[in-house]
Amino acid sequence: MSATRFTRLTLAPGALWLIVCFALPLALIVAVSFASRGEYGTIEGPPTLANYARLAGYGELDYDPFYARVVGRSVALAVVVTLVCGLAALPVASAVAALAPARRNWALAFVTIPFWTSLIVRTYAWQGLLAADGWIARLAAALGLIESGTALQPGLGAVVTGMVCDFIPFFVLPLYASVEKIDWTLVEAARDLGATPRRAWIHAVWPQIRPGAFAGAALVFLPSLGQFVIPELLGGGKIFFLGGVIQQQFGPALDWPFGAALASAALAPVLLGLALMASRRDDASAFLR
Amino acid sequence: MKPRWPTRLAALGVLAFLYAPIVMVVSWSFNAARNGTVWEGFTLRWYQALIESPEALGALRLSLGLALASTLLSTVLGTLLALGLRDRRARFLESLLPLPAFVPDVVFAAALLLLLALIERATGFSTLGFTAMLVGHVTFQLPFVTLVVRARLRDLDPALEEAARDLGASRSQTIWHITLPLLLPGVIAAALLAFTLSLDDFIVSFFTGGPGGTTLPVFIYASLKRGLSPVVHALASILVVLSVLAVAGATLLRSRNP
Repeated sequence: MSATRFTRLTLAPGALWLIVCFALPLALIVAVSFASRGEYGTIEGPPTLANYARLAGYGELDYDPFYARVVGRSVALAVVVTLVCGLAALPVASAVAALAPARRNWALAFVTIPFWTSLIVRTYAWQGLLAADGWIARLAAALGLIESGTALQPGLGAVVTGMVCDFIPFFVLPLYASVEKIDWTLVEAARDLGATPRRAWIHAVWPQIRPGAFAGAALVFLPSLGQFVIPELLGGGKIFFLGGVIQQQFGPALDWPFGAALASAALAPVLLGLALMASRRDDASAFLR
Repeated sequence: MKPRWPTRLAALGVLAFLYAPIVMVVSWSFNAARNGTVWEGFTLRWYQALIESPEALGALRLSLGLALASTLLSTVLGTLLALGLRDRRARFLESLLPLPAFVPDVVFAAALLLLLALIERATGFSTLGFTAMLVGHVTFQLPFVTLVVRARLRDLDPALEEAARDLGASRSQTIWHITLPLLLPGVIAAALLAFTLSLDDFIVSFFTGGPGGTTLPVFIYASLKRGLSPVVHALASILVVLSVLAVAGATLLRSRNP
């Protein structure tokens, strides 16, 4: 068997699977976002921009920016979650990189184990942890921060807590890959030449960990844009985010073309980021090796 | 450079934050309190109730069957893909592999549902249910399996395969007798991780499972809508323990040098 034939035979099944079951559905969802809803929830032509107009607030009735606000709120949530995850990931990545090499893999596994456990379980656990009789609420009440007997969920704070708890490992892995490779002699040189610790960090440390920080930020920001479970369980059903309204359109509302437009809005930054990454030749998967 | 104590303290704080929900759920599953989370003594009652609940056991059976089937498929496909990706000409394909990790899971689930609905409209053949969930799970497992096996392949000493070829082994003989046995720990590790991904998936099963698609996470979600019950804690603890065991096993296999 020639090398070419071997490559074709081994690549074909998996590549075909991913094209049919991953690329094709995503292409379809973008295509359907330009269709309209038929009488019984069917998908009908001709091509229209009505779904996107509705998304922007210009629906059949008056101007109502409900969905535009949902998009804005989802982006804001994703930004906050990404920043907090970055702040939390930095000490973890530094502490792991400082361990003896033989212990680093186990430490990293320890950080990622929570990610591998069920998201539903971890999220509903926060419902209990933040409940009025949970120890966090009781501690906060004892400190006089909240009134005794108030629950810390549902609410925006609970949603952020659940999201951060879910996404931290995604930031730690790529950041660690960068932190581990830091050349500390550069930092020493900066300090010897009279840089303050702050300036040394900005000019000698940050440029070295920037690729990992960007990869981590992308791995948190993009998937968190469409997170469904956490806002659903910790938001109390009163604060709407993209994931929830997408599910609503594909579920009870049965307006798939509009749901497809909402899904395309969550997908657009991914495709944009991919194009950007391709042009910069960054390899976001480096940390998985 | 050694991090100073504030860094290490912060790292420990973050770890405690990550583990708090898991540890709490397991502790609640042994808590005698029927309502709330305040400790009222040790009990195994909720596990007893779980064994006597046909719905919970049915969900467990469906989840395990789905995880086994999807893992088997994705491991075979992913290992083949990883072998093929060693060809330099497949570099572009390789660079696309991490893409699914960036796509919000609701978007993928909705897209898959859309594809299956369009297929049903065109052919009258409905796949919603086990087949749909199987297809969905294999799809999100496949890139993971491929990346893990690919990493193991990179660590293999190419001299071993070259020696086999020099001694007259054909390409398929070399793969079968040299590459795959050396690759096995990586393949098993990948399978364990894929199994965990399937076991813990909620979104894809929720969207494409149809009326009979009550996997464990879907069952837990449905129970939550009726209010927290200690039996759910027991079920969730079993799910957590299964995942932790699988990931620990995978880490053990991956840390051994080829």
